[in-house]
Amino acid sequence: MELKHFISINDLKKEDIDFFLKKAGSMLELLESKKSVNICRGKILATLFFEASTRTRLSFECAMHRLGGSVIGFADAGSSSVSKGESIADTIRTVESYSDIIVMRNPFEGAAKVAANNCSVPIINAGDGGHEHPTQTLLDLFTINKKKKSLSNLTIGLCGDLKFGRTVHSLAKALSEFKGNTMICIAPHELQFPEGIRKKIEDTGTKIIQTDNLKKAIARLDVLYVTRIQKERFVSEKEYLRLKGIYVVDRKMLEKANKDLIVMHPLPRVDEINPEVDRDSRCVYFQQAFYGVPMRMALLSVMLKCEK
Amino acid sequence: MRKIVMEEKKVRNIIDGTVIDHIKPNCAMKVLSVLRDIDHECIIVCINTDSKKHGRKDLIKIENKFLEEQEYNELALISPDATINIIKNGKRVSKEKVKTPKHIKGIGKCNNPRCVTNCQNMETEFDVISIKPTVLRCSYCESTAEYKG
Repeated sequence: MELKHFISINDLKKEDIDFFLKKAGSMLELLESKKSVNICRGKILATLFFEASTRTRLSFECAMHRLGGSVIGFADAGSSSVSKGESIADTIRTVESYSDIIVMRNPFEGAAKVAANNCSVPIINAGDGGHEHPTQTLLDLFTINKKKKSLSNLTIGLCGDLKFGRTVHSLAKALSEFKGNTMICIAPHELQFPEGIRKKIEDTGTKIIQTDNLKKAIARLDVLYVTRIQKERFVSEKEYLRLKGIYVVDRKMLEKANKDLIVMHPLPRVDEINPEVDRDSRCVYFQQAFYGVPMRMALLSVMLKCEK
Repeated sequence: MRKIVMEEKKVRNIIDGTVIDHIKPNCAMKVLSVLRDIDHECIIVCINTDSKKHGRKDLIKIENKFLEEQEYNELALISPDATINIIKNGKRVSKEKVKTPKHIKGIGKCNNPRCVTNCQNMETEFDVISIKPTVLRCSYCESTAEYKG
């Protein structure tokens, strides 16, 4: 398996996704066995986070440390020369000479592609605005596959901000590669899927149902993927305040759901999942966050060609 | 009532240059705006003239001007049915319908304010995903929009 850059989930074919799911499974076994893995010893990962992150950045750094490699980077644009007006291309051309692989998060949509066009070492997109977040998708798929033992013939509810939510864009594209899935898009009209993305998914034969009613939809679901209404993506604060808190998954809501439903969330959450349900065995979002480590170990080892 | 008979006056032919025919009605000025280095050339513009094929059309004749690739691509986006006639020594040496490119560079602006092309000093790139109407998809942020010229 060869992967030069990982910018979009479209960079992977279905068999590549299967490969990474298997590879992450082996990494998970290694992590659980507490054995030390040093397959990336001597390699340097640069994490360039122009936007805030907890899970993505730390799980990449954790993954690299677990593989025996080292990490350099910055956690916000203010501590880099970007605050002085340096371009993405110039930043990347500089950092590529300091590192063997670069993970970048940037608020502008398409920024990861700009980075890849200007870089000789592998670039991994850790989120480019509301566009894509492909590594999150891989760990989401890993979580679904672990819990449901399949990625096909599922009814998946995507709930919340489907317009700006990059995680749902990438996840929906990936799930449309697998047969027999139905996606129920639960969002107010203003936050439904962008037309282009919806059309691409429908073109694969995946059934899409759009609704704004979570209460009615929840009983049909195998997977409920909840996202935060993202304040930072709204131009108008008034519009954000109007839509914020529109969906809340709480004990009462889960009473209507299947016993084998799984509730996922890319985190951070604000008020869309009430902490009172955190101990419900159907709520798997913290486990999902942990699965970021084995999946990112798999990605780093493959892209650095450090596989054993 | 007096009957008014209108006779179409023939505009003069050009010796060397380009005749862009079958331009979408009322789009000639848009086409002129994308042509470069024509400030000192003789230009004849017909707007909303009769067309056997399309009912109405615009037409432009430009002396000493041959279209560059970028101009050709922009013309194809503005008016996908336009034809280009090359005139040399007063004779037409070629006539072809414009072909809309599948991918364009450096033309237009992405209408997504969060797109990286609007925030960095760089060329835009689009895939042409439909010709009538002309719909472009940004190669960076993947947002789609109809090309308005």
